[in-house]
Amino acid sequence: MKTKIHGHLEMLEHESIYVLREVAAQFERPILLFSGGKDSIVLSWLARKAFHPSPIPFPLVHIDTGHNFPETLEFRDRYVKELGSELIVRYVQDSIDQGRVKEETGPEASRNSLQTVTLLDALKELQADVAIGGARRDEEKARAKERFFSHRDRYGQWDPKNQRPELWNLYNGRKNPGEHFRAFPLSNWTEMDVWQYIHLEGIPIPGLYLAHERDVVRRNGILLARTDYIQPIPGDEVSRQSVRFRTIGDATCTGAVESTARTIEAVIQETAAARVTERGGRSDDKRSDTAMEDRKRVGYF
Amino acid sequence: MTTPTVYAEMDLLRFTTAGSVDDGKSTLIGRLLYDTKSIFEDQMEQIEGASRRLGESEVNLALITDGLRAEREQKITIDVAYRYFATPRRKFIIADTPGHVQYTRNMVTGASNAELAIVLVDARNGVVTQSKRHAFIASLLGIPHLIVAVNKMDLVDYAEVAYEKVRHDFTEFSRKLTVQDITFIPISALRGDNVVEWSDRMPWYKGGSLLHRLETVNVGSRRNHIDFRFPVQYVLRPNQGFRGYAGTVASGSVAPGEEIVILPSRRHSRIRSVETYDGAVGEARTGDAVVLTIEDEVDISRGDMIVRRKNVPIVGDRFEAYLCWMSETPLELNGPYMLLHTTNRMQAFVERIEYRVDVDTLHRQAANSLELNEIGRVEITTSKPLFFDSYRVNVRTGSFVLVDLHSNVTVAAGMIRGEPTRDEDVTERPVSKDVVWEGWNVPREEREIRTGHRAAILWFTGLPGAGKTTIAREVERRLFERGVRTMLLDGDQLRHGLSGDLGFTPGDRVENIRRVGEVAKLFFEQGSVVLCAFVSPYVKGREAVGALVPEGRFLEIHVHAPAEELRRRDPKGLYRREERGEVAPLTGVSAPYESPRSPALDLDTGSVGVEEAVAAVLKLLEGKGIVG
Repeated sequence: MKTKIHGHLEMLEHESIYVLREVAAQFERPILLFSGGKDSIVLSWLARKAFHPSPIPFPLVHIDTGHNFPETLEFRDRYVKELGSELIVRYVQDSIDQGRVKEETGPEASRNSLQTVTLLDALKELQADVAIGGARRDEEKARAKERFFSHRDRYGQWDPKNQRPELWNLYNGRKNPGEHFRAFPLSNWTEMDVWQYIHLEGIPIPGLYLAHERDVVRRNGILLARTDYIQPIPGDEVSRQSVRFRTIGDATCTGAVESTARTIEAVIQETAAARVTERGGRSDDKRSDTAMEDRKRVGYF
Repeated sequence: MTTPTVYAEMDLLRFTTAGSVDDGKSTLIGRLLYDTKSIFEDQMEQIEGASRRLGESEVNLALITDGLRAEREQKITIDVAYRYFATPRRKFIIADTPGHVQYTRNMVTGASNAELAIVLVDARNGVVTQSKRHAFIASLLGIPHLIVAVNKMDLVDYAEVAYEKVRHDFTEFSRKLTVQDITFIPISALRGDNVVEWSDRMPWYKGGSLLHRLETVNVGSRRNHIDFRFPVQYVLRPNQGFRGYAGTVASGSVAPGEEIVILPSRRHSRIRSVETYDGAVGEARTGDAVVLTIEDEVDISRGDMIVRRKNVPIVGDRFEAYLCWMSETPLELNGPYMLLHTTNRMQAFVERIEYRVDVDTLHRQAANSLELNEIGRVEITTSKPLFFDSYRVNVRTGSFVLVDLHSNVTVAAGMIRGEPTRDEDVTERPVSKDVVWEGWNVPREEREIRTGHRAAILWFTGLPGAGKTTIAREVERRLFERGVRTMLLDGDQLRHGLSGDLGFTPGDRVENIRRVGEVAKLFFEQGSVVLCAFVSPYVKGREAVGALVPEGRFLEIHVHAPAEELRRRDPKGLYRREERGEVAPLTGVSAPYESPRSPALDLDTGSVGVEEAVAAVLKLLEGKGIVG
């Protein structure tokens, strides 16, 4: 028997459900961006709650960089099946093959920034007028100013100086043809809230989030999983360690942390004591102080 | 180490911070995050690096919150940013808003969901125009708790006198506001004094630290737990056998079996069940996101509102509101806008601007338009009826935004005052400190059901000797005999007790009528027909009483007679004593009397007898549906 949630988690849950229902009511063709990471898992979990006993009235869309941990994909397919939801996958590889984007080269190459083009193409193809994402405001400085309903112009761009004021719980999703929105129902959640909720609700998550032994490469102070896409270069330290991931994105830039937390309770204990932010392990944010803002301006998640 | 269950037991406080550019607001937030260990090592490294690159000698905690590139360059915060931190007691969401004159709109945005506001005041400069503006906006947006953080105490040698000056000046100013609870805390955000821990550098300060206040202030006092309102958000029809109405309870609560009315159709039904993903529940309360099913097949769609049969909101296509303009393009009268209210949307016109409020002086100015960051009182007409309550009573059903039909940008935020033709000013109404409005325990509507009649205030106004008290007494006796709950208030009773400290200067007369109005309001809420017989010479004073109760429940009765007839009656000898110069200025003789503009009833007792007058009043009450 599951513990009934209350207090701040209950308020966050109700707020997110309200936002998801607003999205479904105000837009014609929403999609939910699903990466298989914990935030998008919680997001889809909430979507199921919001529309129960009806099925989730929009598809889940995964923008696949091709650089996945195999565990993530297995989990994704199993979880989506259990949700009873439709899953659409679009591949960065296709954008590369079509010449829409040019792949970075060299050992530190990442496909993370290429996702933007694949995403915008997918929105167009699916005629989606809103993409629901699991981003949280506590993740990064630029996200602290995001709205629940975030307007994008016809080029998919975000203008941080020209955002619509958002008051009370009145969300304005009106737009002109060609424009679209991003919606962020988890805006007010923190990493700790997400873990607590996963724990209390008994939500399944990929094993990568729990401590396990694996070969890792330490590069510029960040621990990366040794995979087909990450091979050691001079200066790297290679070792086998007990690690877990705090975020799961593209395997080329998602950092691991040393950990022995093999249960969600233990992860919560470690999170409470953590002294590094969860995006601290993401090398894509380290490129400059305003790296995230620059990427968001051009249409990143 | 904190256990997971401790984190799961927390409650949630949303607060907003406002201050002038150099009041040290970002530093304060940086300090709160830093001292509650909510800043991580990598963020700290980034801030240290950025501080060095900007040529600062110390680590600049303000950089934690100044996220956007433009802010870094201009060294100011330009938009609402949300910050999160938690202590074992509570999770906090900060809406950090800039204090620049041109960013009133951001302050309004940040304040819209806040339960508490921190206003920063620089101890060296004292209460400045911007501090007042912030306090006014907090008051306008109905924030129940205010903390005035007197910052930079380290720069005034932690002197109590600087703190006391701010406290005195702010208290003086705040009399004009409706914020009920104000706390003053002397701090140094830079040094951390009284932010998280009490500081021994100011032994004269006996109160708790800022964080202590944040952790212990009551949460949830903005919510209305009485009036059940359920705006239908989304209709669920998974199969022929199930029809559910998804939405979030805006206020009040509801349980299976209760009688409901659906607006706008006014169809009646009952709640069959309250559904959630985790199963059916026995009740849905304010803030709960649920699915309601009802007993009857009724056509309900998004934008409809489910309410209790005996407690319905105001339904109308005209209302008065405060409007904060948020767009570079000024307000256009008679240009249609899209109005978003609960889950409803419709076209709306701003018919007229009653006045614009100078947010720095609180003075009213005539205006033909509202520009960016201006606040005004307006009258709005909508293309179809709206189901609303006044913002002060119900934030969720009293708030709206206006959207430009061409650009689709949100251009204004509005707070509904009520139906038109009232003249009470929210900014000037004195409200006691430490009183948090919780609403009436037993709502008047329930009392009215029990007594079988409606509550009303009958206001008899007119010159001394016109016959107000005589008629009112007889009316009360008749009503009492019919089983109506009544109370009669007249000048003699009030002047001997509650208003015993007042004289007959214009100021005292105004105050006397204000007190009468508040007393009458209490009896009104208790379900009585309240008969008030007062000279009450000023239109404004009488209208202010009228504004305390819903439309149609304040009935003004003008009782008058020719001047020579009044002198002849002179029941209290006032006119004779006036002639001898023995009494204070007498209304109608040596003091002004303003006749009612449109009374519900006009009684000329020079030509109508008491019996006839009483019959006319009773007929009025029947006609208005007050008594059966």
